[in-house]
This record gives sequence, structure tokens and C-alpha cells, in this order.
Amino acid sequence: MSASEVFQGQIRSPFYERMAALDTKSTWHTWKGYTTPDALYCGETEYFAVRNATGVFDITPMTKYRIKGRDSLAYINRLVTRDMEKIKPGRVAYAVWCDDQGQVLDDGTIFHLREGEYRLCSQERHFDWLMTNAIGFDVSVTEETAEVAGLAVQGPTSYSVLKNMGIKGLDELKLFGLMHVDFEGAELMVSRTGFTGDLGYELWIQPDKATALWDALFAAGKLYGIRAIGAHALEMARVEAGYLAPGPDFLPAKATVRTGRTRSPLELGLEWLVDFSKPNFNGRRALAEEKRKGSTWRLVKLDIAGNKIAHSSYIFDDASASKKNIGFITSAEWSPVCKQNVALGSVRTPHGKVGSTVWVEIYYQREMHWSRAMAKATVVDKPFWLPPRRSATPPGPY
Amino acid sequence: MTDKYDAIVVGGGHNGLICSALLAKAGKSVLLLEANGQVGGAAVTREFADGFTVSACAHLLYQLQPSVRKDLKLKPKLAADDMATIALAEDGNHVRIEGPSVDGVSAEDAKSYREFHKRMARFAKLLNTFLNKTPPRLGTKNFEDLAALARLGFDVRRLGRHNMQEFLRLIGMNIHDEVTERFENPLLKGAVCLDAVLGTHLGPRSPNTIMTYLYRLAGDFGRIASPSGGMGSVSEELAHIAREAGVTIRTGMPVKRIIVDNGRVVGVETSGGDRFDSYTVVSNADPKSTLLDLVGARHMEARFTHRVHHLRSRGNAAKLHLALDGLPDIAELSKRDFAARLVIAPDEHYVERAFNPAKYGESSPEPVVELTFPSVSDDTLAPAGKHVMSAVVQYAPYGRKGGWTDAARAEFEAATIRVIERYAPDIAKRITASELLTPLDIEEQFHITGGHWHHGELTLDQFFFVRPVCGAAQYRMPVDGLYLCGAGAHPGGGVSGAAGRNAARAILKREKTA
Repeated sequence: MSASEVFQGQIRSPFYERMAALDTKSTWHTWKGYTTPDALYCGETEYFAVRNATGVFDITPMTKYRIKGRDSLAYINRLVTRDMEKIKPGRVAYAVWCDDQGQVLDDGTIFHLREGEYRLCSQERHFDWLMTNAIGFDVSVTEETAEVAGLAVQGPTSYSVLKNMGIKGLDELKLFGLMHVDFEGAELMVSRTGFTGDLGYELWIQPDKATALWDALFAAGKLYGIRAIGAHALEMARVEAGYLAPGPDFLPAKATVRTGRTRSPLELGLEWLVDFSKPNFNGRRALAEEKRKGSTWRLVKLDIAGNKIAHSSYIFDDASASKKNIGFITSAEWSPVCKQNVALGSVRTPHGKVGSTVWVEIYYQREMHWSRAMAKATVVDKPFWLPPRRSATPPGPY
Repeated sequence: MTDKYDAIVVGGGHNGLICSALLAKAGKSVLLLEANGQVGGAAVTREFADGFTVSACAHLLYQLQPSVRKDLKLKPKLAADDMATIALAEDGNHVRIEGPSVDGVSAEDAKSYREFHKRMARFAKLLNTFLNKTPPRLGTKNFEDLAALARLGFDVRRLGRHNMQEFLRLIGMNIHDEVTERFENPLLKGAVCLDAVLGTHLGPRSPNTIMTYLYRLAGDFGRIASPSGGMGSVSEELAHIAREAGVTIRTGMPVKRIIVDNGRVVGVETSGGDRFDSYTVVSNADPKSTLLDLVGARHMEARFTHRVHHLRSRGNAAKLHLALDGLPDIAELSKRDFAARLVIAPDEHYVERAFNPAKYGESSPEPVVELTFPSVSDDTLAPAGKHVMSAVVQYAPYGRKGGWTDAARAEFEAATIRVIERYAPDIAKRITASELLTPLDIEEQFHITGGHWHHGELTLDQFFFVRPVCGAAQYRMPVDGLYLCGAGAHPGGGVSGAAGRNAARAILKREKTA
């Protein structure tokens, strides 16, 4: 750091130099201590790179833990709600974990790197909780966020880009699979995962090979429309994919003070991740009780009429004067690729069943003046954006 | 070998015996497995030197619940009853405490003590009603829990406005402040402080020591007795009652694990490899060894495991047994007085100073001592003309820095003898054999994690609603079919039997509603 620089408490990822060289906007924010771009050229352009070509996003700031030891499977199985017995080495699982009250602490991906060795990757930090969970288990938990540099390579041409880079074995790599390949003498982990709901990969490497990886990737992707992207584009893609973000769509239970502000997996549409056939996991008793008695909240995906974005809107059961407030929107946007006005929201049960109609109160501003509109919305089941290529193996060139 | 029982009780301490007897009386087939060669847990009599026997751990009976006596028609034979407490003075001006009256202090102190005793007895009576009940769960809408809470509130309110305020003021306070406010005689202050801290990791200035004092009183309202034939005779009588009721008792059978299948207990396995099946397993072992060692963390949720892991259960009380060729000389003490309970705690500061090193993992260079000479009123314990001394000595921290090496043990024993010599100058000459049990020995010999009297510190954060930990105060553990019935459960330790009785009642009631 030179004398003219002022340290702002932000860590620079190993990809910082490369991103900074491409940056035209100087709009950065802090993500878990790392400086990360909102956008480098233009959020929308970057979004279209993800949907039509390949977008590259620096995921080094994702929190990463290495879990290994004789009891690692039993440990993780008690930690998360889904059955990890089924996740064999070379596979990745999306999972949620709860406190003893069955309230979600966070969601994330768990990479079964090798027999008995896992990487847990999440938005929030969880070292204390992971250590608390380690009591009575023969496991070691190591925080390795800074030891692993990560890039998300997402979009229809991502397969072609990586293939062009010389990575072998992509034809067999299924969705939620992972493999280890050599990159300039270092171990490169390639997983077919991502946060965009499209064909895509994530690359994981030791930090000193990060820039070399970036350069090789961008050289290979030149003819495939590769672009570095910022958080804005990623956010657009994840809402279309119907993925939850901790913060807007649920609050990690440890971050709440008021009662009733947490959510259970059942209330977030994640019941498919809760395996009651496992005899014990954190929150099992509470969740079994909730399942018996019924949940309070339900996560809804909404297809909203019109084109006014339903940011922070209230949701009502009808549009009459006696309408009842049943919930609120947590994430909303106009989806360019679906040509739909989409949103995620939280509504009180029994409202919000799939196929039902609700009403959304949208406040919008036109030339300083605010107006209000009631828009009809349909609760839908499937993600707004779910192309077949996401899960096709081999994915095929684009 | 596979046998099926309605219930298996792990550990034959007095609570395990009481619980199994009550279950058997209700018509259940019960198997009790005890690791040691004799039942009784920490309530046993052992020979520690040729011809000399002694209550190996607990040595005075002052908390046995009337409800337990009544339910089991238990009538322990007593060698001494209504024992006085004598606070020893080096110059022979001892202070003698018997129930509400004190001799050897000023008239003012005697009057203050009478008032103090009356109030404490009133509060102890209230506490006693709590001891014999399963604590209600908080935050439920269950009618029984709410009703129990309301009754509790009503019981406290019934003390009357002034007494209720006093109760709520005192319950979290320290005994030191209370005694210095009330009394002037240092021996009296020292003796009351000693009673408040015996068996705990607390000094007189530690908050919560009024509660531990009340807990001591709440058993039998301060009445202290010494069973004939030592504490083991109480356990033997309990074992007899249990057998009569149909309990199968097997000793020398240490349980290695409690078997959990698909979220519920299905039986136990002994270290000898025997397996016994039952859908109800009741553990008399302490909460930590029950849940973390016998059951295993993987069968419980993480926050719960964490709470159990952090239970404070490091003992501080050592036991010293001396075989003596005759009674020592203590100034102004008659032979009859040797049948009393003698305490060495010359003043309240002495007790606090004895505690100070324990905070840093060091044993007291000048310990506090509770002395008894049980052979004075029970000649079966020692050869004719000879005597046994049984003493509780504090503080001997479980986690002693540098460990309890032979040198450390010798040092602590010598320090204790030096302190006793101030009052009984010829004691050392009279010793023919001795046995020191540090909390570490108590852990090993009686299978109590940390060697703690109460299986877990008796403090407000580990008491009643939250004993042993939040979410498990109703004897039922969060693994189906698993119960706790020992001192680690509500209300706590001492030869009281309340935990065993309450647990049996909770199990039988649960069965009715399930």
C-alpha cells in the first residue's frame, strides 16, 4: 500500500487487479470484507452476458470451510436438514441449516471433495456454529475463505469457454457434480454449480494461480462473448432463477432480535431439503411439530401484471376496500429474458397457494411524483427462468 | 443375551434406587445396573483401613425428603440425630448451634440468629415445595405448565408482602453480606458461610450463596443425622425396598452406552458386552456423562449438546478419612461433643480466603473443614477404643493446576492436618491410616463427571427451570425414552432422593398421557 492510498478496511481478492483494469464505473461495495464491483461497465449489459454468452463473477468472498475427519459425514448430516448420505464424493449439495428451533441460519452449497472431506460454502460466517456442532464429533473445521479463490463462469457459452481452455471431462460433468483437474501444476476444482439458474460452472483454485486462471479463461472466452460481471447482474439472474438471498428473502436466525422474524425451511419452500427420515438433525423436532401444526409463512414466486417493479410492496388477498394485508415482497424485478414482472415474497398461510391470485400494491415514481397501483399477481411454482441446458449433459455448444 | 424390561435404570445411587423402586411399585419390570460392586453410588460405607469403615463420600443425612420416606416406608436407622454444629475456636470458646439457638455468642447475636433462622426456615419451607415437583416448562400454552407456574407464583406471594420482597431480594445474594449485616461473632459468621458453600465452587462472597444455604436447609429443615453403619446402610435399605418391589439389581455392570435407534432409546450395552432392551432408560449418572458419553452428541441437536457440554460441574470438596487410635484432645470439648458436627471456619474471611486459590486452580493452603467422628456414636465403624474421622475439606479444585499428583495430594492432606492441629494438637500422633479423596478420585470411583456433589453447580443459572440445562428440566431428555433421575436433574444433590422420586413420577405420568 503506497502512502497516497488510504486503507478502507476492504480486502482485495486475488482477481482485483484484473477487475480493476476492466472497470469503467468505480462503483464498488463491501461483501464480507472484500471489495466487490456493483458493475464494471453496465449492469444490464453484464446481465445479458450471463443470459446470452458467459459472465464471470468473482466469488472469492464466499465464506468457505473445510470439514474433514472420521465423523465428517455424521457431523454434516446432523448439521443440515437434507440427507447427506446420498451425496457421494464428486457431488455437490445445496442445503440449509437450522438452529434447534428449526429456524434457518443460512443456506449454502456443500462440496463432497473426496471421501470424508467437504467444503461448505455460504454467504454468512458460521465458524462459532460449526464449532458448537463439533462437540462430540471427530472432525476438524477450518475456515479457508482466503485460501481459495473462486470464479463463477455462468451462461450458455460457459461450457464452450472452459472446453476451449483445455479442461477435460466437462462432457461427463453433471449438474451438481465436481471434478479436479490440473491447471499449470495446481489443482483446479471445477463444479457445475452457480447462482444464475442457467448452464454454468464455478472454478476454485489457490490464490497464487488466480490471475493466471483469469487470463487463460478470458483468452479462451474471447470469441464466446465472455465478460466480467458485477453483483447487479448476478442479482438480476438469481431472482429470475428463484434463488433465495439471505438478507432480503430470509434473515439468518442469528441476525434477528424480534420473535417471528426468522423462517423455517418449510416456510421458504425448501421442504424438499428436509429429510424427516433422518433420525436426528438440528431443528428436526421443531420442524416435525411445525409440519404437524402448519407453518405461519409461505414463500411465493409471483408473476405480476404490468411492468412496474413491485419493490418492497405489500401483498393483499384482494383489491377491495376491505382487503387484507397478507405479506410483503422481498425481491422484485423486471425480467428481461422472461419479459415478465417477477418477484419473491413472504405471505401468511393459508394464502399464497400455487395458482392462486394475490394483489400487490406498487408505489412508483414518475418525474418526482409518486403514484400507487394495485397489480394482480399469480403465484407460480417453477423458477421464472429454467432452460433445459442448465441440466443437460453434455450441455452442448452455443 | 437379550432381556426386555419396562425400564432400565443406569446407576444405583440412592436416586437410582428410589426411582427404580417407585417404578417397580407401579408395576413396571425394572432392571438396575450398577458399575461398582455395591449399590449406593456416593452414599456407601467402605473400609478404608483394616477394621476402620466410613461413609466413603456423603457422610451426613440432612436432606432426605419426607416424601421419599413416606412413599417407600423408608426408616433409616440413625446413630445420631438432631446433631449440633460446633464451630471450633482455638481457645476453646466454641460456638454451639442447635436448630434456632446458639450458645457461646452475645445475647444480641443469639437473638439475631433466632430471627435469621426463623426467616430462612420459612423460605426453606417454600423452597421445599419446589424440590418435590417437576419444574413447569416456560413458554408453553400447556395447561399443566401454566397451572404449575401459577401455583408457584401463588406460593411465593403467600409469604406475605414483606417476606416475598425479602425472598426475592435474598435469593440471588451472597451469604457474606447477610451474615456481616446480622452477626458480630466471627465463628458464627464463619459457620453459616461454610454451610452455604459446602460442596460448591463458590465462596461466601459469590452471588447465589444464600440459595445454596437455603437448599441445604430445605431438605430436612436443618436437621442433621448420621446413619448407623454409615451412609451405606441407607442405600442398603433402599436396595432392599427396591428388590422387594421387584427390581432386578445387578452390580459390577458398568453401562458403556445407551443405545439409540431412529431417535429413541432401545436399551443399553455394558462394557462386558451384555445388551439389555427397553424403551425407557433412566440415567442416575450425571448429565454430561449420560448425554455426551453414553448417548452421544450425534443423537441430540447442537445447541442442546453445547449447553450440556458447558454445564459447570467441577467439584471442589475433598473427603479426608482418618483412622485414629483414640479421640484427639480438643480444648473444652467433652466426649459427647465429639458426636456433633464440628466445623473449622474461624470467620467469614477465612472461608473466602480458602476459596480464593480455587479460582486459579490451586488448592487452599488453609482449608475449611467439616469434621465428624462417626465412631463416637456408632461403635461398628472402628475397633474398640479406636475412632474414625470423616471430614469434608475445601477447597480442592477438580482442575488443579499441575494435576492431583502424589505430591499435591500429600501437600493438601498435610495442610488439612495442620489446620485441624490448631484445635486438636495431638491429632497427627493418633493417625494410624488415612485416605484422601480428591474430586478426581470421586469422579473415578463414583463415576461423577468433575466429582461434583450436585452433578452440576447449584446456581440459579442451573437451577429449577433450567436444571440441568434449558429444555431438559422435566427429567425427560430430548431423546425419546431417555430420562435423568440423578443429582444433575432438579433439584440437585445431597442424599435427598427428590430427583429420583420426581423422575419416577414424571415417567409414570408421561406413560399415562402418551
